[in-house]
Formats: sequence, C-alpha cells, structure tokens
Amino acid sequence: MAKNIQMKNVDIYYGKFHAVQDVNLSIPPRAVTAFIGPSGCGKSTVLRTMNRMHEVIPGARVEGRVELDGDDIYRPEVDPVEVRRAVGMVFQRPNPFPTMSIRDNVVAGLKLQGVRNKSQLEEVAERSLRAANLWNEVKDRLGRPGGSLSGGQQQRLCIARAIAVQPEVLLMDEPCSALDPISTLAIEELIGELKKHYTIVIVTHNMQQAARVSDQTGFFNLKAAGQPGRLIELDNTEKIFSNPTEKATEDYISGRFG
Amino acid sequence: MAQSVHVTAGNSRLVRTQLSRRSLVAIAAAAIAATVVLFVATPLQGLVGFVLIAAVLYILAQTVISNHVEGRRAAINRLVTTLVVACACAAVLPLVAVLGFTIVKGLAVLNLSFLTHTMRGVAEQDPYGGIYHAIIGTLEQVGLATLMAVPFGLLVAIYLVEYSAGRLGRVVSFFVDVMTGLPSIVAGLFIFALWILALGQSFSGFAGSLALAILMLPTVVRSAEEMLKIVPDSLREGGYALGIPKWITILRIVLPTALAGIVTGVMLAIARVTGETAPLLLTVFGNPALNFNPFSGAQASLPLFVFGEAGLPNETAINRAWAAALVLIMIVLVFNIIARVIARFAGVRS
Repeated sequence: MAKNIQMKNVDIYYGKFHAVQDVNLSIPPRAVTAFIGPSGCGKSTVLRTMNRMHEVIPGARVEGRVELDGDDIYRPEVDPVEVRRAVGMVFQRPNPFPTMSIRDNVVAGLKLQGVRNKSQLEEVAERSLRAANLWNEVKDRLGRPGGSLSGGQQQRLCIARAIAVQPEVLLMDEPCSALDPISTLAIEELIGELKKHYTIVIVTHNMQQAARVSDQTGFFNLKAAGQPGRLIELDNTEKIFSNPTEKATEDYISGRFG
Repeated sequence: MAQSVHVTAGNSRLVRTQLSRRSLVAIAAAAIAATVVLFVATPLQGLVGFVLIAAVLYILAQTVISNHVEGRRAAINRLVTTLVVACACAAVLPLVAVLGFTIVKGLAVLNLSFLTHTMRGVAEQDPYGGIYHAIIGTLEQVGLATLMAVPFGLLVAIYLVEYSAGRLGRVVSFFVDVMTGLPSIVAGLFIFALWILALGQSFSGFAGSLALAILMLPTVVRSAEEMLKIVPDSLREGGYALGIPKWITILRIVLPTALAGIVTGVMLAIARVTGETAPLLLTVFGNPALNFNPFSGAQASLPLFVFGEAGLPNETAINRAWAAALVLIMIVLVFNIIARVIARFAGVRS
C-alpha cells in the first residue's frame, strides 16, 4: 500500500520567482522522512508538489519529474484529484470543516467522493479515529462540531480525516507548530505508529522533532533572500545530526545560523 | 457648583479629579431649566427645537465644566463620547419613528377582513375593501424574482471568487458594481421596453419580477462574493487534499461555511425589492381585483397599492395605505426571521 516517491531535477516556480532549484531525492515507503531548514527555503513548497497542492496557487508550476512508484504525477493526462487521493496531507494549522460534526469531518473525504453506505462510514470513522489516537476522547460526542475540540485534538482529527481515505503517502506540513508540547508528543507517537503502513514526509522547524520521529532527514537552504532554495543533503537522520557531509548542515543543526 | 460636588483628589498621582454622576445630572437639569426659561422668555416653540437647544446647552456646559474640573483631555473625551452617543440615538430615531407611526396608524385599520378581501368594486371612500390581492401579488412577484436572482447571483459570485483569474472576472465585477447603482425605475423601463414593447408580452407579475430580479442581482452577487472571500483557503486546501474535486469542495465545504452570511445578503436583497414601487408601475401595472396567475395579466402589489391609495384625497384610502405599509413591513420581518432560523441551523456549528 505505501509507495515511494522520487524527485528528478525538480524546479519549482511561483510565476517568475524561482522558488526551488534542482531537487533530486528518493523517499522510501513505510518510513518517515523529515525536511528541515530555515524559513523560506522551499521545504513546504517541495512537499506540496508531491500531491500537486502546489498548483492551487495561481501561477505556480513545476519542471522535472515527481514519481509515485515510478509513475510521473505531472504528466498532462494525470488527474490531480486522483493524485491527492493517493497522497494525503495534514496542514500546519488544524482545519476541520466548521459546518461538520466530528464524525462527518473524519468521513468527509469518503462522503464527498460519493460513498453513501452508512455502516461503512461508521466503521471507517471509528477505525480512523482509533488510528489517530483520538477515539477514546471523542467517542461519546461524535455528533459535536469539529471546531469544539482543542487544537491538538483538532490536528489529530485532521490526521484521522486524512487517513480515512486510505492514502498511500501522508504529507505533513509542520503539523505540530500550532500545538503545545503534550499535543505534540501525542502526534509524534502517532507518526511512529502510522509509519508501519504509510510513507510519511514531514516538514518541521523543530530539529529535535526531526531527530525524534524521522528515519531520514533532508536539509534545505538558500544562498540568500530571493535566491531559489535547494536540497543541501538528504541522509539517515542519525548521520545528519551526528556527522553531516555538508558544512552548511552542520552549521544549521548546531545552531550557528537559522 | 461643580467644585462643591466633585470628588477631591487624594495623595496618589494615579487619582484624578472626576465629575461625579450627580454633577452630570445637575448639569443636565440646569441645561433643561435654561431652555425652559428661554422658551418662556422668547417666542421660541416646538418640541424638536427644545430638545436640540437643551442638548447643545448640555454639551457646552459639560465641556466647559469638565475642562475646568477634570482637565483638557477628560473634557475632550466627554465631548466626543457625548457626541457619538447623541449621533447613535439620532440615527435610531427616524427608524423608530417610522416603525411606530406605521404601527399606530396601520393597526387602527388592520383586521382579518382587510387581509382577506380585495379592492374589486370598492370605491375610495368605502370603509371596507382589503389587500388580499396585493399580498398575493407581492409574494408571487418577489418569490419569482428571488428564484431567478439568487441561483444566478450565487453562480456569478462562485465564478468570481473560485474560478476567475483574468480579464473576464474584472469586467463582470465592474458591471456588477455599476448595476448596484442602477435606479430602480430604469430596471422597470428596461423590462417595459424589452418584454412588453419589443417582445409584445402583456403586463404581468412575471414582468415585474424580471425587473425586481435585475435589482436583486448585484446585491446577491456582492454579498455572496464577500462571504465566499472570507472562507479561509485552508478549508479549500483541506478538501482538495482529501481528493475531493473542486466543484464538490465548493458546494459541500465552502458554500455551507459561508451560508449564514449569504442568507443575510439574500434577505437584504429581498427586503430591498419587496418595497420597490417604481419598477412595478410599468410592468405589473396594478389591479384592484385578485389575479393569481403571475404570468398573465396585470397584478396588484403592496407597494403599488400603498402608492395608489396614499395619493387619493380621502381619509379611508390613506388609512388603507397605512395598513398595507404595516403588512409590507411585517412580511419583510417574517422573511428575515425565517432566514435567520435557516442560517442558524444550517451554517457553521459552534
């Protein structure tokens, strides 16, 4: 079920602005890959090209190949909606749908893709909430609005919503940056469990978090403001944090800049 | 005077001398007393003049005394605060007056018979007669106009917010702005020229509702557009990221989130056109008898009825106009209440 992702000579633009230059990387299935780097270096942009969310912004485009198990997702005949069904995403700020109950939020993906079967939806809702470690907290109030939960619960609700459609890859864009340490811990534990079934890519500003949750870590940087961001190196997390190949990586993780 | 009643400052630097509530009341009483003296001593008269003069005297006295006792900053604060409150009251006053006057005048005539009879064969001085035909006409005309303008306007707003990026969006947006300022008689003339003269159709409720729909359209588009714009993009992205197609995301996630605001905008549009008289003069024409069919023949409507009756030189006719105006206000009120209930149960849950 989990798939690998390959990026080959990927360049990303917002209109005329060259945001990310020449990214080549390989993301293995059933593992956590973390992207770290200073603000504005393009880590979120690279993440968003992996499920074609990037092009939601007017004027954005991508050159090069982004392959999902060898299948280029930027071929003209590919339907971005199908790509996003295979590659789910969790955002920086929890974004539960405000008009829906907790239960409807979880099954929103299935329901709005046309699944009508009530018992199937019930079952998926419970399975997804259990997988997101949220079931015990909300099982007695599934009919309450999603917005009634705390920030950390809302973020786990969004994770439950993302895995309810059974994607093959889960992208997480700074999923803990709006959360307190206890909620962050809950989500990190969840990531550890989810990686048994999913390919996970996580962008984080928190280097300790990258060190705790990921199997491999990619460091992004840019030469100067206005220059495109680049992938400096991608390696096993232990190696990146103990003995990185590049000087810039070592400077960043040891807190000399950024 | 104020010196004797104000609170004296203590030792602390944080405490400042303040005018007490009692001294403010005293200033008000003095202002009123001075005005009474003025009205007795001079040929001044009239309630409006009295209130205005008393208010100006009060504001002047309060500012001067406050400046003396409390200092410049506090005096300016009092002056501006008083002016803001006075303006707020003055703004509500005409509204309350219009409502109160209509209710008092209208209730004197309003009864069940008035609501269930038409003006067929009723002369202007006859004490009987009613507005049943006009209520039916207004409901049908406004209903048809809403059925046309709301879906159409919503689709335009969705196009403007969710799909347009280029020149067409800007052009549409410009014309919607222009239409907002369209005089209502022009909408009536347009339908008269197009539908009745050029296409040879007869006067009808439907012709009127076409004119009303033209007037509703820009209000619906503008308000729906504003409401859709404030739906955060993160909700749209949340939908896309689940593999939900764009049109379903708009229909099932974006629109419900904006629903309460959109309903309010639609209600404003309905309320606005329900009271329109000018566009109906040339299209609906008016009819003293009941015509249930909005698609054929002249129809009555409440604003037309009010306009017609109020212009007659006869007390009973003018009273009928007041009662019809009251019914018109109540219809708009009921629309509003229904819309608010819908919006509460269908929109964002909290």
